[in-house]
Amino acid sequence: MNTLDALDAESLRDDIPDFRPGDTVKVHVRVIEGNRSRIQVFQGVILRRQGGGIRETFTVRKVSFGVGVERTFPVHTPVVENIEVLTRGDVRRAKLYYLRDLRGKAAKIKEKREVREAVAR
Amino acid sequence: MTQVFDENNRIVPVTVVKAGPCVVTQVRTPEVDGYSAIQIGFGAIDPRKVNKPEGGHFAKAGVTPRRHLVELRTKDAGEYTVGQELTADVLAELATVDVIGKSKGKGTAGVMKRHGFKGLGAGHGVQRKHRSPGSIGGCATPGRVFKGLRMAGRMGAVTTTTLSLKVHKVDTEKGLVLIKGAVPGPKGGLVLVRSAVKGGPVGSDAK
Repeated sequence: MNTLDALDAESLRDDIPDFRPGDTVKVHVRVIEGNRSRIQVFQGVILRRQGGGIRETFTVRKVSFGVGVERTFPVHTPVVENIEVLTRGDVRRAKLYYLRDLRGKAAKIKEKREVREAVAR
Repeated sequence: MTQVFDENNRIVPVTVVKAGPCVVTQVRTPEVDGYSAIQIGFGAIDPRKVNKPEGGHFAKAGVTPRRHLVELRTKDAGEYTVGQELTADVLAELATVDVIGKSKGKGTAGVMKRHGFKGLGAGHGVQRKHRSPGSIGGCATPGRVFKGLRMAGRMGAVTTTTLSLKVHKVDTEKGLVLIKGAVPGPKGGLVLVRSAVKGGPVGSDAK
């Protein structure tokens, strides 16, 4: 497994912020339309982080016009311009699939209090 | 295998093959051998472990003994000289390659795994026969089982060729070739990479 680490290291990004499931993020995605590219923002809750190394992906869920939309990105993809972490969520699961069954206020994630975060670190 | 991002930022699954350095140990010509090919060697070996006939063969080529020898039929064998080093650069201009290797051994395998039989039903009263092959022939006519009938047995660990794999990238500095897709054999296994037989000329290299 480790023999390819050197090769993978070339593709890994080091400008990815620290984020985990439950966090609300803005993902700036580079979209290419014809021959010009622009930035599209996808804002939502991190549902899961999956895989490791170059294979790691994360899924962002948002509710758009009453319809749940989930997008999965590789963590190290060059398509993502940058990731903005808006809030830290206070959750007890690594995979927040239960959010899919919840609507409106019930689907709201409690924000992590900074005091507790400081203790945890 | 691993994955890399291409110029369109799409994920490409690649197998990393360390190509060479190989050395040409013999050039076969139509005049002498009746066909044209090159013989290449790869991998170091303790000279004491090489027997006399093999040692003499390497001495004739003027190279140190190699662990693996392979012959490649190629029309442009005359362009190679004995003792010439082949590295990843020979693969640099190729678009597609064939990869030959020994597949992973699966041991004794049943017909479902080995030949893709459907097996028997999961329900409807099937009794402990879910993965069995079913009938293997008639009764008194023909009164025997036909030769070559597919049955359970040893699976894998045979030479396998994967045709027309795309070369994603060649790193000549490190001698690495990134081939799109999977190749036969386990991690760290020995494979032979040659230019694709379907379309294009023949060149060669081995891992």
